[in-house]
Amino acid sequence: MHVWEFTALVALGSFLAGLLGALTGLGGGVVLVPFLTLVFKVDIRYAIGASLVSVIATSSGAAAAYVKEGFSNIRIGMFLEIATTIGALLGAFLASKLPTNVIAIVFGTVLLISAYSARKPRPLADRELPPDPLATKLKLNGSFPEAGTMRSYNVQRVPAGFSLMFGAGALSGLLGIGSGAVKVLAMDQAMEIPFKVSTTTSNFMIGVTAAASAGVYLNRGYIDPGIAMPVMLGVLAGSLLGTRILVRAETKWLRLVFSVVIVVLGLQMLIQGLRGKI
Amino acid sequence: MISNLRQAWNDQKIEILIGNLLRIGVMISATLVLCGAVVYLSRHGMERTNYKAFHGEPSEYRTLSGIIDQVLHFRGRGIIQLGLALLIATPVARVAFSIWGFLAERDRMYAAFTTLVLAILLYSLVGTR
Repeated sequence: MHVWEFTALVALGSFLAGLLGALTGLGGGVVLVPFLTLVFKVDIRYAIGASLVSVIATSSGAAAAYVKEGFSNIRIGMFLEIATTIGALLGAFLASKLPTNVIAIVFGTVLLISAYSARKPRPLADRELPPDPLATKLKLNGSFPEAGTMRSYNVQRVPAGFSLMFGAGALSGLLGIGSGAVKVLAMDQAMEIPFKVSTTTSNFMIGVTAAASAGVYLNRGYIDPGIAMPVMLGVLAGSLLGTRILVRAETKWLRLVFSVVIVVLGLQMLIQGLRGKI
Repeated sequence: MISNLRQAWNDQKIEILIGNLLRIGVMISATLVLCGAVVYLSRHGMERTNYKAFHGEPSEYRTLSGIIDQVLHFRGRGIIQLGLALLIATPVARVAFSIWGFLAERDRMYAAFTTLVLAILLYSLVGTR
């Protein structure tokens, strides 16, 4: 394949991944690595490097828009970033040690799990909860604007959330993804942070988490300009467009279609990984 | 209560500033990558790709000094890599600015947490060669 052909096709695919990821809220990063390895036969380490770079771009690009709404909680974000960045460092080191087919198997499993968890309706952390002593000490409780007033919330189960975030960081560093699904698990379910606060805060954290493994990737030579260029530009353009039209779009069918794509790619990664072909 | 509100408002002001910083960082980085792409494609567009085997990038694309050297020689891939390095640096800058924000609010605990996160990020960038 010629360089211009590869660039154009990868940019187009990345644009669609970014667009669908933003529209469905499932994140485009998860399909990029299988797309590059299965369709274009790119070595999985180059694919992970390129995907991670695009994760930073979408997270940082969207941050300004999210912050203005006043939902994100910088203290929750910063505290949990201690866990995610240490996890990301560990994950990036693991990525350079593990055989590529093992990475492909883990990737396939994560794809299938995230497609499954996206199928369920999101839990509503709407209960009035008593303040937790540790969360109070760490100043994690906060408030956010809702229906003209400020609604306050009390964060629960800090140790469980912190440990899960370490896992989210490790997956992010190992697979070059944002691992939004694990972050939602940690923040929505364990810590019972209101949905609006957890999604905006976790989006903010994804960029910092990814930067922690990107340094290792850059130093190990995983980030190839020829692959990362079309991926980063395509995903960034797609996700920016996606967040613009998000409000009006009917996402139910899109979510279904995108989930099917994720399942197919997940199975492919598993099979190819088990056969040792990746 | 009032001090809580004031704290939330300050948080918000600092966050908006940082959010805009991130967006500008991403825009400059995307522009650099795009410029590099034009140079790279105009020179190497008709060559064949081969990414099936992993070789690892040569050192001129792994270190900042190497990348800058490539940019000075007006290599397309060097310009792309500079844009990508800038992109990786934007969240790091965000964390550094947050330390200043917490210090301005006299929140020592969070200034310390944020310094720890910055140290981890810097270790990843310079300590893992």
